[in-house]
Amino acid sequence: MLRLPPFRVVSPDTVEGVVAALQQPGARLIAGGTDILPNLKHWLDRPEVLVSINRLTALRGIVRDDNAGVLRIGAGTTLTQIAEHPDVQQLFPSLAQSAGCVASPSIRNMGTIGGNLNLDTRCRYVNQTEFWRGAIGGGCIKSEGNVCHVVPKGRNCVAAMSSDNVPVLMSLQAVIVQAGPEGTRTVPLCDYYHADGTRHTHAKPGEITTEVQVPLPTSARRTHYVKWCVRKSIDFPLVSVALRFDLDKDDVSATISAAHVVAGVLGARPRQVRKLDAILGLALNDPKVAQIVSEAAFKQCKPLANVPYETAYRRRMIRVYTRRGIEAMVNAG
Amino acid sequence: MSEAAFLLSTTVNGEPVTVAAPHHWTLLEVLRYKLDLIGSKQGCDKGDCGACTVQLDGEPVLACLTLAAHAQGREVTTVEGLGHCHGGCHPLQDAFDRWTAAQCGFCTPGILMSAEALIRKRGRAVEHTEVAEALAGNLCRCTGYTKILDAVVDASQQMHPAPGKE
Ligand SMILES: Cc1cc2nc3c(=O)[nH]c(=O)nc-3n(C[C@H](O)[C@H](O)[C@H](O)COP(=O)(O)OP(=O)(O)OC[C@H]3O[C@@H](n4cnc5c(N)ncnc54)[C@H](O)[C@@H]3O)c2cc1C
Ligand code: SF4
Ligand code: FES
Ligand code: FES
Repeated sequence: MLRLPPFRVVSPDTVEGVVAALQQPGARLIAGGTDILPNLKHWLDRPEVLVSINRLTALRGIVRDDNAGVLRIGAGTTLTQIAEHPDVQQLFPSLAQSAGCVASPSIRNMGTIGGNLNLDTRCRYVNQTEFWRGAIGGGCIKSEGNVCHVVPKGRNCVAAMSSDNVPVLMSLQAVIVQAGPEGTRTVPLCDYYHADGTRHTHAKPGEITTEVQVPLPTSARRTHYVKWCVRKSIDFPLVSVALRFDLDKDDVSATISAAHVVAGVLGARPRQVRKLDAILGLALNDPKVAQIVSEAAFKQCKPLANVPYETAYRRRMIRVYTRRGIEAMVNAG
Repeated sequence: MSEAAFLLSTTVNGEPVTVAAPHHWTLLEVLRYKLDLIGSKQGCDKGDCGACTVQLDGEPVLACLTLAAHAQGREVTTVEGLGHCHGGCHPLQDAFDRWTAAQCGFCTPGILMSAEALIRKRGRAVEHTEVAEALAGNLCRCTGYTKILDAVVDASQQMHPAPGKE
């Protein structure tokens, strides 16, 4: 039995009400609760108030907005709804894949996209009971201690951004809408994260994510998401790569005009794999593409000992999974 | 009632229920420790095992990660309510018995709730692969899963007999 620390729950039914409630000292937001409640059960925080978006029906739903050229996904939409939505499946297959491979069916019925984008960073030294953390000498920088067990001399927490959807939505150049005490603003998802595991987003105090806007494709493309984890369900990724290749026509033999490759589960910020110019102008089904991209991912991505499995092995798996992902894309036609 | 508690009004297995619950209690704790509905099991208590699976408005969810407050005004179904419309014993429960799909039985209530939702949503007999997907969040340490999958497929066939087959 894991007891939650005592708190009050308030459930406003407007965004303004939620933003106002978050002004109270010690208030934190809860959506599906599938990330924050395990963390609170581990006593990683003791908020006085949980502000629930459970009654905020306005934040739920998926709308295709052709005028603005985006698919709008409300932050309170569940991962099941995203994975099963026909527009998502048709326009953004890699997003349907990533939303559909999070945890387990019941967790996807509860977990929201807003919670997934704001998922706390993870580390095998912090996602443990208070008793366990005490047994290794009183936690670490991210919990109640002041050392890091992953980078022993480090002053920064390098816990891993482990969301399945974040790398994909970054590769799709999604933008999020943030509502806060000073009004609303939009932030490109690629600029939302930074490399500090104790505070890994650029959310301002009291802000909530209300919407994700995914730009509708303007050219032919192929997208795919690959995730390696120990079991086929329930587990967080140990390696993850989102792939997107823009093409000059709708065929796997078409020429690549742009590439967006994003890797997760490294540090607190996903990594955009760069220096892919060598594949521009090649046909997607040219075997050189898989080779160049997987080699670039291997060179640029250096996993840390923040989640299970050896880092050297995980690094090799980045290369393997990137190559397999591209091959799967080509074989699917 | 202290400030730390609130009045939870919800429907549990078809019956309206109003109960005082501490704010920081989960739905699982209310079911087990306030309402004596101990069918839903408290296993890992953090989302890893599925033993606490109940249905909220017909959708399988984990009661150990659902705040009691999130059940306000909604319909909760637990394994105790599963047989209600079937004279006490649901075809799934009957099939689990016939296939010996429960050994220690700890995972069974959660599995039944996930399986019932699958058959209801499909509205037809289901296949092994889709059962395996629907049960992917429900761990069983005893059976090796084969008999569970067989029992769910069998129950779905009992509930939705193929045309022309007796
Ligand atoms: C056993 C298990 C396995 C899991 N496996 C995976 C996995 O494989 N992949 C994966 O990606 N995730 C996984 N998760 C994590 C989690 O289930 C998902 O990331 C889920 O989408 C989180 O959403 P939520 O609504 O439940 O978030 P919550 O727990 O409600 O919130 C998570 C965090 O985000 C903040 N937040 C929530 N909504 C908003 C908002 N609208 N604006 C700003 N901040 C917000 C909260 O304050 C909190 O800090 C797993 C969880 C469990 C328990
Ligand atoms: S990376 Fe270091 S500081 Fe951060 S959670 Fe892990 S051990 Fe703690
Ligand atoms: S007790 Fe809820 S998932 Fe294990
Ligand atoms: S029957 Fe024992 S855990 Fe499934």
